[in-house]
This record gives sequence, C-alpha cells and structure tokens, in this order.
Amino acid sequence: MNHIIIKLLYTLLGLFIVLNWGLLMGTIMRKITARVAGRYGIPFYQPWIDLIKLYTKRTSITHGIMFYLGPIFRLGGGIGMFLFIPLIFGSENFSNFSWSGDLVLILYLQFLGMLGMALGAGDGGHPNSVIGISRGLGQFTTIEVPMTLAVISIAIQYHTLSISEIVAAQQGGILNWTLFTNPLATAAAMLSLLGAFGHSPFNLVTAPNEIPIGPPTEYHSSFLGVLRTNNAILHVIEAVLFMNLFFGGATNWIELIVKTFLIYFWSVFVGLVFPRFRIEQSVVWFLKIPLVIGILAIIIFI
Amino acid sequence: MSDINNNSNNKKDKFLAEENKKRIVEGPDGVKFEIDPLNDYFCDQRPQVKDPKNKVVEKFLNWARAESLWVLGFGTGCGSIEIPPLMTPRFDAFRFGIQMRPTPRQSSVIIISGYLSVKTLKRVIRSYEQMQSPKYVLALGSCTINGGMYYDSYNTINRVDYYIPVDVYVAGCMPRPEALLAGFNKLKERIKDGRAEGANEYAEKFDWYKANQKKIIKDWNMPDYNW
Repeated sequence: MNHIIIKLLYTLLGLFIVLNWGLLMGTIMRKITARVAGRYGIPFYQPWIDLIKLYTKRTSITHGIMFYLGPIFRLGGGIGMFLFIPLIFGSENFSNFSWSGDLVLILYLQFLGMLGMALGAGDGGHPNSVIGISRGLGQFTTIEVPMTLAVISIAIQYHTLSISEIVAAQQGGILNWTLFTNPLATAAAMLSLLGAFGHSPFNLVTAPNEIPIGPPTEYHSSFLGVLRTNNAILHVIEAVLFMNLFFGGATNWIELIVKTFLIYFWSVFVGLVFPRFRIEQSVVWFLKIPLVIGILAIIIFI
Repeated sequence: MSDINNNSNNKKDKFLAEENKKRIVEGPDGVKFEIDPLNDYFCDQRPQVKDPKNKVVEKFLNWARAESLWVLGFGTGCGSIEIPPLMTPRFDAFRFGIQMRPTPRQSSVIIISGYLSVKTLKRVIRSYEQMQSPKYVLALGSCTINGGMYYDSYNTINRVDYYIPVDVYVAGCMPRPEALLAGFNKLKERIKDGRAEGANEYAEKFDWYKANQKKIIKDWNMPDYNW
C-alpha cells in the first residue's frame, strides 16, 4: 500500500516537471522563432501568466456537454500517455506505470485526445471548428500510418512491445541506438513526428492565420487553459516517446531535458525553413515519403 | 429580462435575417418541428456583474491579466493598418505580453481602430459581447473620441463610449504604433490599479447601452445580447 502511494507521488512530481518543462520548452522555441525573425519575442514567463489568466477568467459559456468533455478527453489522452511512458530508464520511481504492452496503448491514447477534441469542438458548432477538425483528423490519420509502421518495425526488431525493454536493448553506447540499428524506422517516425508536433509545414490545423485557429475557435477561459496545459505535457511526452524508441532513452533528468529539447527543436527547425502546406499537400506528402520509408523498414525484417 | 430577444414579435421582424426567422424544419426521420432560432440558438440571459475577489488575490490576477493582453484581430477604419507593425521586429509588442488572437472568445482586448460606421458598429457589438470578462476596449484615433474628420458624416458614429465602455483612448489622426504601444502601457496601468472594469460597467448600464445602440442601428436583427 505504501509502495503505490509513494509511486503515485513520484508520478505527480514527474507530471509537474514535465508540465513546466513543456511550457518552458515552448517558450524557448518561440524565442528562437522570434530571434530568427529579428525580434526579442515573449518574456520567458509568458506561458505561465497566460495560464493563470485563462484559468481565472470571470465568465465562460458552454455549448453543451461534449463541449465540456472535449478538453477533458484531450487532457486525459495527454496524461494517459504520460502515465504509461517510462521517463527515466532504470529509475523505479520515474518509470511511471509502464508495463509489457504499453507501446500499443500509447499509440491508441495518441488518437483518443484527438477524437475527444473533435467531438468537443464539433459541439461548439462553429463552422471553422468543423473545417479544422476534418483537416486535423485527415492529417493525423496519415501521420499515424508511417508512425505505426515504424513502431511495428521496432517491435519486430526487438521482439517486444514494452518501451522499457526497447530502451534496455539500446543501452551500452551510442551505436546501439535504434537510430543506428534501424535507420529506416527512425527516418519514417521522425518525418511523421513533424506532423505530430504541428509546426510550420504541417500547422494548417491550428495556425491562427488560417481559418481562425481551427478546432479551438470556440474554446475560451479555463477550457483553453486545459487545452494549453495538455499541449505542454503532450509535446514533452511525444519527445520522450521518441527518445525512448530511437535515441536510447534517458538515465537522468538532464539527459531527458537535452534529448527532448533536441527532438522538439527538430520540428521547429524544419518549421522555420519550410512554409506551410495546404491540407491536400501535407496528406499526400505523408502518404509518399514517410510511408514508403516505413514500408521499407518493415520489409527488411521479412 | 423579459424584453430580451423579443424582436421576432415586433415590427422590426422584416429586418430579421432569413436564417433567424421562425420556420418549420423536417428532420432526417421525417418528423416536422418548429424552430425559433432567436430563442432556441441564443442564450437570453443578461450579462451579470461579476464582483472582484478579495483585494490581494485580485491584485495578483490583475497583474496577470495586464501582462497577458490578447488582442482581437479586428480592424475598423484606417487605424487597423497601424496594428500589424506592432508585431514586426521594429516594435515587437510580444515583449509586453501582447499577442493577437483570431477569435473573440479567446481575446481580452478589442481595439476600435478608427471611425466606426453604422454597419461596423453592429459587428463590434457582437464581437465585444462574445468576449469573456474581464475584457478591455482600447479606442484608437480621433474618430473614436469625437468623430474626428468624419464628425458630420451621415454614416459614422462620433463617440464610441456611448455604445461600449472604453478603457483607454489614444488620440491622433492616425496615431503611430508608438502611440498605440503607449496606449497599451496605459491600459496595463489601469488594469493593475483595478480600474479597468468595463465588462461590469457594461452589465450595470446594459439598458442604457442597448438603447444607445438601437438608436443607431435601425435594422436590429440579432438577439439583444450575443453570448
């Protein structure tokens, strides 16, 4: 009994660190974007202030039950992913609740938040939300295909669906990382990661200057606060997942922070170089290059 | 309370947009039912006065609100051309916690950026009422103060604060982006002092504001309060 409570407290501590690192990482990326544009950009504490402001707005309105549940589903998807991913390799306390089949569960939870958001935003009734949802789900489905192929390739390679075991198999030097032992799967997954983070070439869904901001058009006050909290968690967790699968995991918090930063920076870097795709361009792009690489990554193991 | 949304019963019915009129609709399973969009689709609750919390908490929250001003991307008149440069390297309003939002639901500041024609006033009211409290109004240029060079125009209004509560005026024709930034700083001071309670003022004097608005907008074809 005591054991599970201590574990729970450590998980909450991990969530707290991940949330704050996610907010800080988002700020650093916006600062980098600003410096590229020749600006100073937002102060580093801006996301925290934004969150305080959003959570303490005096009024909020509702459009129905699903409108309430949408952000909660989304947060549930984010925290659910967090709960089943081992953060620090070899640490009893920070391996969260990972178990032997967590990889499949995480692929599922990735989609759950998206669907919850779609239902909630649909209840908002704004036409822009609906357009945003159809674009978002379309794009995310095509992102999932190469990502799933890469994951299957890794599962075949390591004969396991447990993230902890995949990380364990990569220990003992940089050449043991999946990046070097299975470069095709890494390439397919890293290309689909660009879409999952939603930075520039693939940010059509929530870009403020497209159809106004897409699915969250009607979301405001604490609803939007929940969505932003979830975004911060989700960005770190996606990066942690990729770090665990392809870049040898992390044995301490410093390593985790450096690696997640670099993985997130990859999508920002690409975003700063390439302009935005239209939806048909991005869908076709995901179904061309990453998909072909993903299929090759499977074929070499047959 | 009772006179809200009674437009469908009076003679102004002829101005009502086609999609807002009472009509019979047939559902997918063949059942016919009557819908009255003004009563069914819109909330008919009046805006409520939301009193500030206790002093210490409110001071902290006001600081947060002042440092995180989300501006609605809404441009009227010639002043809207002065807003985009704020986000460029030269002025870089992001430094002051000012960010643009594309939807009224998420924004806390609306800039009335120049003369308001009768047609635009209607849109301004709808956008302002959709914003969530606490919300602030920054009026830019002489036209919003006394009509400016359009003071005798047949189609523009002269004083914005007859129609929505204004927090800060920035004078000039047109004020440069520096003046707009100064206006933002003034607005921040007001918020931090707890004097920017425009949303509550609007709720308190709701009838007065509505009467003024209806004097100008003859073809009033929307609910009285647009949640």
